[in-house]
Amino acid sequence: MEDKLIRLTVNGRDEAVVIRPLATLQDVLRDTLELTAVKSGCGQGGCGSCSVLVDGELRLSCLTLAERAEGAEVTTLEGLNETNAIVPLQQAFVENYAAQCGYCTAGMVVAAKALLDRNPAPSRDEIVEGLSGNLCRCTGFAPIVRAVQQAAQALSDTGEEAS
Amino acid sequence: MAKVRGTGFAAVNYPTGMHLGGDPTQSLIHMTPAGDFVCTMASVDLGQGLRTVLAQIAAETLGVPYESIVVETADTDTGPHCTGTFASRTTHRAGNAVVMAAAEARKAMLEVAGELLEASPEDLETDGAGNIHIKGVAEKSVSVGEVAGAAHFGYGKTIAGRGAYLKPPSPMDPETGECDPDSTQAHACTVVEVEVDTETGVVEVIDMKSVYEVGQQVNPDLVKGQIVGGSWMGIGHALYETTAPGYPAIDPAPVDFQNYLQPGAAEMPEVACEVLEYPAESGPYGGKGVGEMVTNGPIPAIVNAINNALDVRITQIPVTPEVVLRALDEKRAQAEG
Repeated sequence: MEDKLIRLTVNGRDEAVVIRPLATLQDVLRDTLELTAVKSGCGQGGCGSCSVLVDGELRLSCLTLAERAEGAEVTTLEGLNETNAIVPLQQAFVENYAAQCGYCTAGMVVAAKALLDRNPAPSRDEIVEGLSGNLCRCTGFAPIVRAVQQAAQALSDTGEEAS
Repeated sequence: MAKVRGTGFAAVNYPTGMHLGGDPTQSLIHMTPAGDFVCTMASVDLGQGLRTVLAQIAAETLGVPYESIVVETADTDTGPHCTGTFASRTTHRAGNAVVMAAAEARKAMLEVAGELLEASPEDLETDGAGNIHIKGVAEKSVSVGEVAGAAHFGYGKTIAGRGAYLKPPSPMDPETGECDPDSTQAHACTVVEVEVDTETGVVEVIDMKSVYEVGQQVNPDLVKGQIVGGSWMGIGHALYETTAPGYPAIDPAPVDFQNYLQPGAAEMPEVACEVLEYPAESGPYGGKGVGEMVTNGPIPAIVNAINNALDVRITQIPVTPEVVLRALDEKRAQAEG
């Protein structure tokens, strides 16, 4: 197996990246493109801290081979931030003290964004389900669930789309 | 076979800082030319909000706005010494060091302000909004920024302070047992209601209510964050998390999140907490530690609630479904015995 050139769109920018065989999307995003909001937690799909959007769908970048992202549109937390797509979520996370050490926060916000995109008015159970792939060791989850509820409410109050 | 409910409680007395003392923390604070203050610490913020709390304490003592404080933490090579973030000690130990450093820096700031206002430093007061004026004469005033400029470029003076907090070590007298074991104690009580499925052995925490006495809360939102997070950790330790069957082998069996089971958002009940404030004499503005104790009450309270529900006496954690079912088997065997 040889190194390979792949092309993909990351946060709206066209990128051409040389990858090693079996390189993950996480490797490309963190190491090559230096998008370090993509955290490296367990490397096994167990914690969700590396969550990104691939063509709008929530994906674990540590379990996604970079080659499979060829031609895809990848969005990381940095990209969501650049386009102000997560202002209501950011505000709600701050107001509910939904972050302590902060390591899970990037993945939590990406997962919450993916949830609100497909379901702008989720029930509490649907929020719990939507965040079930993301682990937090500090907050006890309750403030995070409340933050997502508040962001959903804020979005419906302003009549904005989640995206 | 049925779902049965039970209630349990547990109470905690938790000493702040290292048992018997001897765990110092130091702090250095200096003013920048722009009139901000940098508080340099080796203490570590684990996410509990130490930097926020220390900035609050520094601002309060200096008499300047919170926004003008920068707290630099965690460089143990270059920062003033700190024993570490453990034993729920940093708000208390580091906070006390910051009070001392900030008091010394405030004195230096008021001396320069006194030169500018042609007044004695003792006759000056801060308004907490970035100004210093003569007591009772608000119009005789200089800004903290003007003081910074004058100190740096006019008088060639530093505005800085040093703080060192140490509860002296208190070795126990071997004859009498006499010692001074702690600086202050925080207290808590947790009441838990559980529902146990006697067929599957699965335990669900239905309700958790706690009361904490943590001295004067320096930051109530952060205190609540500790309590809610600790309640979840308590559920984890009481019902799910274990490295068994590794012990006593040196390599624990679960090495990843696939095998190390922890509760998620779905297992988290509504957690209610009340906080009582009895300021600690030794604490910075009355503060005590509220770090580790938040897991200490929930764990035995949950186990007690399970024992109450099943009329058994489980004394191990985590209380997995297997542990529940074995306890029920034993109870049945005894009844038949």
